Amino acid sequence: MSDIIKLTAAEIAAKVASGELTAVQVAEAHLARIDAVDEKVHAFLHVDREGALAQAREVDAKRERGEKLGPLAGVPLALKDIFTTKGVPTTVGSKILEGWIPPYDATLTKRLKDADVVILGKTNMDEFAMGSSTENSAYGPTGNPWDLTKIPGGSGGGSSAALAAYEAPLAIGTDTGGSIRQPAAVTGTVGVKPTYGAVSRYGMVAFSSSLDQGGPCARTVLDAALLHEVIAGHDPLDSTSIDAPVPPVVEAARNGSVAGMRVGVVKQFRGEGYQAGVIQRFDESVELLKELGAEIVELDCPSFDLALAAYYLIAPSECSSNLARFDAMRYGLRVGDDGTRSAEDVTALTREAGFGPEVKRRVMLGTYALSSGYYDAYYGSAQKVRTLISRDFDKSFEQVDVIVSPTTPTTAFAIGERADDPMAMYLADLCTIPTNLAGNSAMSLPCGLAPEDNLPVGLQIIAPAMKDDRLYKVGAAVEAAFTERWGHPLLEEAPSL
Amino acid sequence: MPGITREEVAHLARLSRLELKAEELDHFAEQLDVIIGAVARVSDVADEDVPPTSHPLPLTNVMRADEVRPSLTPQEALSGAPAQEQQRFKVPQILGED
Repeated sequence: MSDIIKLTAAEIAAKVASGELTAVQVAEAHLARIDAVDEKVHAFLHVDREGALAQAREVDAKRERGEKLGPLAGVPLALKDIFTTKGVPTTVGSKILEGWIPPYDATLTKRLKDADVVILGKTNMDEFAMGSSTENSAYGPTGNPWDLTKIPGGSGGGSSAALAAYEAPLAIGTDTGGSIRQPAAVTGTVGVKPTYGAVSRYGMVAFSSSLDQGGPCARTVLDAALLHEVIAGHDPLDSTSIDAPVPPVVEAARNGSVAGMRVGVVKQFRGEGYQAGVIQRFDESVELLKELGAEIVELDCPSFDLALAAYYLIAPSECSSNLARFDAMRYGLRVGDDGTRSAEDVTALTREAGFGPEVKRRVMLGTYALSSGYYDAYYGSAQKVRTLISRDFDKSFEQVDVIVSPTTPTTAFAIGERADDPMAMYLADLCTIPTNLAGNSAMSLPCGLAPEDNLPVGLQIIAPAMKDDRLYKVGAAVEAAFTERWGHPLLEEAPSL
Repeated sequence: MPGITREEVAHLARLSRLELKAEELDHFAEQLDVIIGAVARVSDVADEDVPPTSHPLPLTNVMRADEVRPSLTPQEALSGAPAQEQQRFKVPQILGED
């Protein structure tokens, strides 16, 4: 394995800026790694070799000319296939968009390019970001680099697997109910769901608009912060984008500390359904936080018990509306247009052929929840639960600076194990969903391997809205302490591919 | 709350513009029944005097400056069209013959 691919994003940016490495060397090393391992891992749906090398050459030329380089100049990145990329295929893991070449860049894509980031390609995901295992991709599953027979999490399993397999030092995910944090947890990597509205959704294919949020994925807390700073910030093209300064995430990541902080532990985040090894590593993390000078406060958030149920009404309701745009008229797949069928019939045949089972389930579930007669009982009640969850968070954050929990109730499960059991699959997001419903920020970072299966366990840190910097301050302190205890980053313990 | 029947799923599929196959109807009816049974728990709060939250941000009518700026060319806008004619999207018939 070449040394270049083991470097962090911060190290690569420094070496490219100083001229110790060229951006082309860095891109070639990562493309070679993709060539060597991605047949097994299947993190990428599309590798944009030419585009990546052209961008790398441009970075090197800029440096030659003495021009100012972007903050992550020459650092390769794996982009979740939910963001539009001008001239490069974007499928959202669905057959309905197979072969579609977007005519424009998402705001996030544009910001990455403006920061001189080198986009290696598009990563695999559950279709329309609906899932927790990446098995719902229409293009086949992705393997977890820790054990290729296990899921890499979802929906952003391609992004997390690319990081854990050293195919890229940075990746982008989107988190509607946990799709950044749960993949980070089960692959031993770092993922952040920023405050809702912090990262533009313009050009990000919509699943559930009041919950969807793009965010950074990396192997270290500092790298995630560097990427966070590049992608966050107000965008006039997204009416839900927050018009306020980005919290000082990089400064926080460089000054990790929990001394004097009040850290909450929610009693609803344990019990039945949690794996023993996950609880063990979580309890050790809480002990570590105490040793580092934090005060632990027990919290009661009774509404969290209803979060999963509320989420599986709100997200499908919004998706049933958002996915109505896939009507076979303006772009994407069209099936059955033989001159005799009506537009409506062609739409129904196209959606039948183009959508996978989970998307169909959710579209129908949302249609049901929004139909007259059921609306108040289902969607209306779910919105009330959402208010109660926000209140529980508000009350908690009067007592604590951050909340910690396991990111997921279990470690990575086997590919196929929950594929046709939607309720079992949904439980993977038990701890991550409340944050999406309330709109605040959260991170997952590695806190060890579960003794029973030697697979990574994630520690979730939750902060109030627009206090994303607290995630990085606490995350950096925990990461430094664990790395010292283990003698190396956790990912070093992953078997070689 | 009552469970969901195969006929109701067929109706939902029509509303959702999904031309489901017969075996899909059976399978989805079974699964949706389980899911709806589980999520129906939210009605525990139906009678509580709590305002609903539809969105995490309290935003209304967000506007941006009404400025002319570059947009897609007709060729770019039509680049993904399944069918086109005279610089327009070509679609199957929308109204019946009669």
